[in-house]
Amino acid sequence: MSVRTAELFMAIAMFLASLGLMWTVYADDLAIGWVAGRGPGSGMWPFWLSFGMAGASVWTLVRWYNGVTPESRSDDPYIDPETVFLVGVTVAAIFFLLLLTNIIGLYFSMMLFLLFYVKFIGKHSWPLTASVMLGMPVATYMLFEVALNKYLPRGLPFFESIFLHIDDFRYSLMY
Amino acid sequence: MDSIFNLLVAGLLQSFEPLNLAMIFLGCLAGLFIGAMPGLGSVNGVAILLPVTFLVPPTSAIIFLAALYYGAMYGGAVSSITLGIPGASTAVATVFDGRPMAQSGRADQALMAAAIASFVGGTISVILFTGFAPPLAAFALKFGPQEEFALMLLAFATFIGLGGDDIPKTIFSILIGLVLAAVGFDIISGKPRLIFFGMVEFQRGIEFLVLAIGIYGIGEMIWTLEHTKGAVQMHKVDFGFDKVKSNLRQVKDYIGSTFLGSFLGFFVGTLPAAGATPAALMSYGLAKSFSKDGDSFGKGNVAGVAAPESANNAASTGSMLPMLTLGIPGSPTTAILLGGMIIWGLRPGPLLFSESPDFVWGLIGSMYVANFVTVVLNIALIPIFIRVLAMPFTVLAPIIFILCVVGVFATTDRMFDTWLMLLLGCMGYLMRKLNYPVAPAVLAIVLGPLTERSLRQSLISSQGDPMTFIERPISLICILIAVGLVSYPAISGFMKRRRAEMEAAE
Repeated sequence: MSVRTAELFMAIAMFLASLGLMWTVYADDLAIGWVAGRGPGSGMWPFWLSFGMAGASVWTLVRWYNGVTPESRSDDPYIDPETVFLVGVTVAAIFFLLLLTNIIGLYFSMMLFLLFYVKFIGKHSWPLTASVMLGMPVATYMLFEVALNKYLPRGLPFFESIFLHIDDFRYSLMY
Repeated sequence: MDSIFNLLVAGLLQSFEPLNLAMIFLGCLAGLFIGAMPGLGSVNGVAILLPVTFLVPPTSAIIFLAALYYGAMYGGAVSSITLGIPGASTAVATVFDGRPMAQSGRADQALMAAAIASFVGGTISVILFTGFAPPLAAFALKFGPQEEFALMLLAFATFIGLGGDDIPKTIFSILIGLVLAAVGFDIISGKPRLIFFGMVEFQRGIEFLVLAIGIYGIGEMIWTLEHTKGAVQMHKVDFGFDKVKSNLRQVKDYIGSTFLGSFLGFFVGTLPAAGATPAALMSYGLAKSFSKDGDSFGKGNVAGVAAPESANNAASTGSMLPMLTLGIPGSPTTAILLGGMIIWGLRPGPLLFSESPDFVWGLIGSMYVANFVTVVLNIALIPIFIRVLAMPFTVLAPIIFILCVVGVFATTDRMFDTWLMLLLGCMGYLMRKLNYPVAPAVLAIVLGPLTERSLRQSLISSQGDPMTFIERPISLICILIAVGLVSYPAISGFMKRRRAEMEAAE
């Protein structure tokens, strides 16, 4: 897809999203007008801002049609074909990092993510991969759970129980 | 004046407390490394590391983040010079002459000039800040909700008038930020608003950090991955004590442009839409115009490194002036700092000076100390930076992605927000590729609740009469300036066309 086509699609998508926002406010039965003696109703602010978004999108579409924006005159690819794989794989990897966090917990999920990214995308050596793969969860645990008392997601009970053992070990050292 | 001096001394003493001093060192160090990393700048560092600061009291937290902000401004020059890739957009102008200097084997001279110029810029701007902040805050105490709303309008108008980006896209970006800030319960009626697809998670609203980390963490890293293709080419730097001594003797070559950049940077930095990047570019342009040797700019003139570096450091301090005194951030980084202050339970704005003097003066005192610490660390650690910069991006990027996920979860305690961060990050990346500016959206999501509250408070107190904004002189002046700023691009475009027509007719 060229930059020119992408700008058209983006402006249309943003126009439709703005209409969707306006509809959401309207359908929620919020007062989008002026309440006498009180000023704006509860829905007026988001409704008219969304209306402004729709207007700005139409303005962009007009500029696109007239070829005013540099993007509307560019036939370059929207995402560089050489890097589309890297970008796509990165987004997919973060997606799976989040998905797996609900199942196996954030720590195991981040280890898999780092293994995949450092070893298979970066093609780095095993010693470097292993040190990043182990160092990052340990540093995260120390900073967030030990220092900040913030418990990060640990996944299903089986995976959670592994961390309970680690916590027990930590408490036995600390108290 | 005497009381300012006493408060400043108290602030300086506070910044020498062990915890605060440690925060200054850590912040400067983290900032230097973050600034030096291609694709990462102060805004990314502050957004990603804000959740970590909940470990310490608010004063220490802001000292850490402000030191990081400073450090990142210094660090940005390192990658601009050695890699030819700006560490952040604020260091773009440093590449113009820093890169040719590195190519001709003068990277050490460029790095030293950047460090010294940053120090001078930082010091001058902190002195200006100390002089301007208390009277401005005292003046702003007279502000009511009408003036607050007018100031917010002014902040958004500067993005339209002076931002230099595509105007409809800038307007869109501001409006989407304001709409996202309106998600959740209405502050006055208590009714739920914009609960997309009936998902109860939206009832708590969208935290500004979710958008900030999404855009400046995920989106920016994907952008950098695409542009560097995961690999960078570094120049060799010969750096030692003798080089430092000989480079110090060359300060006279660029001290004039450094002073110019420092003053310019501070004042440009105070404008909400401007900030460090335009300040650095303007300073570069002025240094080139005033130089007797203007033709050598872009080919390795050391003043071409010093001018933008002094300006971007001065601008970072300048952008804190409206944040602390008026509650309006002067840059995306200060927008995140302002959001952080709200999380810490502080109320940004003029009352901060009277309600939390320890916080404000501790921060101001720390700026003086941080400037010294950063210049020393910067020069001492240049060899280490160069080694760290050789770290492959395919190792750095996944670490940052994980920090983003953990940072968002630790702030909101909801996995839902990490998904939202990914979605907003990808959207931000795709929109940025089409020249939609992302900074106004981040500023708008921070200022959104304050803007709506001040608008509705004003109208409730005036029984719904919108003339209340025009009847108050300060509010009227702000609105008139805002209107002027919004009309400026149209007027200047018209004037240009007119001039072109007249020239064609002649």
